[in-house]
Amino acid sequence: MYTQALNTQDESGGSRPEDAARLATFQATIDAEEKIEPNDWMPGGYRKTLVRQISQHAHSEVIGMQPEGNWITRAPSLRRKAALLAKIQDEAGHGLYLYAAAETLGVSREELYQQLLSGKAKYSSIFNYPTETWADIGIIGWLVDGAAIMNQIPLCRCSYGPYARAMIRVCKEESFHQRQGYEIMLALCRGTPQQKALAQDALNRWWWPVLMMFGPSDKDSIHSADSARWKIKRFSNDDLRQRFVDATVPQGLYLGLTFPDPNLKLDETSGHWQYGEIDWSEFKRVIAGDGPMNKERMAHRRQTEADGAWVREAAMAYAEKRSRRAAEARQAAE
Amino acid sequence: MSEKPIPLWEVFIRARSGLPHRHCGSVHAPDATMAVQAARDVYTRRGESVSIWVVPSSAIVASDPNDKDQLFEPTADKIYRHPTFYDIPDEVGHM
Repeated sequence: MYTQALNTQDESGGSRPEDAARLATFQATIDAEEKIEPNDWMPGGYRKTLVRQISQHAHSEVIGMQPEGNWITRAPSLRRKAALLAKIQDEAGHGLYLYAAAETLGVSREELYQQLLSGKAKYSSIFNYPTETWADIGIIGWLVDGAAIMNQIPLCRCSYGPYARAMIRVCKEESFHQRQGYEIMLALCRGTPQQKALAQDALNRWWWPVLMMFGPSDKDSIHSADSARWKIKRFSNDDLRQRFVDATVPQGLYLGLTFPDPNLKLDETSGHWQYGEIDWSEFKRVIAGDGPMNKERMAHRRQTEADGAWVREAAMAYAEKRSRRAAEARQAAE
Repeated sequence: MSEKPIPLWEVFIRARSGLPHRHCGSVHAPDATMAVQAARDVYTRRGESVSIWVVPSSAIVASDPNDKDQLFEPTADKIYRHPTFYDIPDEVGHM
């Protein structure tokens, strides 16, 4: 569903003199808009940045199943339930494409997963908010996936081949997610006054956290220089946020909803929607682990992992037994 | 983690008959049967495939990127391997 610029410090590559020639070749490949592939030489900082970003992205997809899973049994119709199930299955798939891409950088799936379970690795702040009503499922599709698409489309041209290819698949599938979310919002807004009130309430609660999904403001952003030079990140956090606001506000107005921002107004000269100040202290708090749902999300993930251990062990034991018996049968036949 | 690592498989899918199988990613699975099932769930949720191959990742032998020039460069000056290298009079027509 989503990758978030969390802006932890990058380690810069190419400091050793013997790497200078390779670094030049590497940068020339990127400047020529060619892809870096798994076995190609790359600076340590590039590898590290990618592993961190791709795995955080994968973790976000995996944790992102929880807020939506909360509503599967209570979806208002079979049509909505089938769509929600398919969407959540897609999120699992997106997590797996991304873990597979991260593994090509020489880190194991188990290691990445341990980083999530131990709390060492982060995931998108947005999934630490609760889904209180059915309208929240509409909002997640329309806004959370909408913000994700805005972020992810440039990643389809990322310089690292496996990540770019994974993102192309993800983006194709996200489009369904956003449309099904907007359709839910549309149905609520055209429904009874109570239904419309649910939609408005959901927008009020989610709008600011969704804007935070694009990460810290450019003026407070630590990294970016390396990521931009390496063509991992092509647009700044604020640029992407502005594009999202410009695309989304008219969609909200069409629904007949209002945005919880008294400073939101269209700037006639630039054509951009200006928005108010984001509460970055909330963002920092949620990222640091003190959001409304952080503890529940992690506890649920750890429990699921522990509950599934016997299945993985049994499957491995069965596979080993089968291959041992096959080997014995071959020996006996010789 | 005390659990054993689950083996990695590379996944190739054929989009429709007549096309070659193409690499699309990887999955973890204890055995080949489960690898095919996992590949189906992960990579073919929207009719992307009519056939799946899975191969243990450890079984793949790849050329070294450092040998790229040595392996592939020499073909660049063998232009006589291309049809346009040969002069045929226009009167002969398309050949």
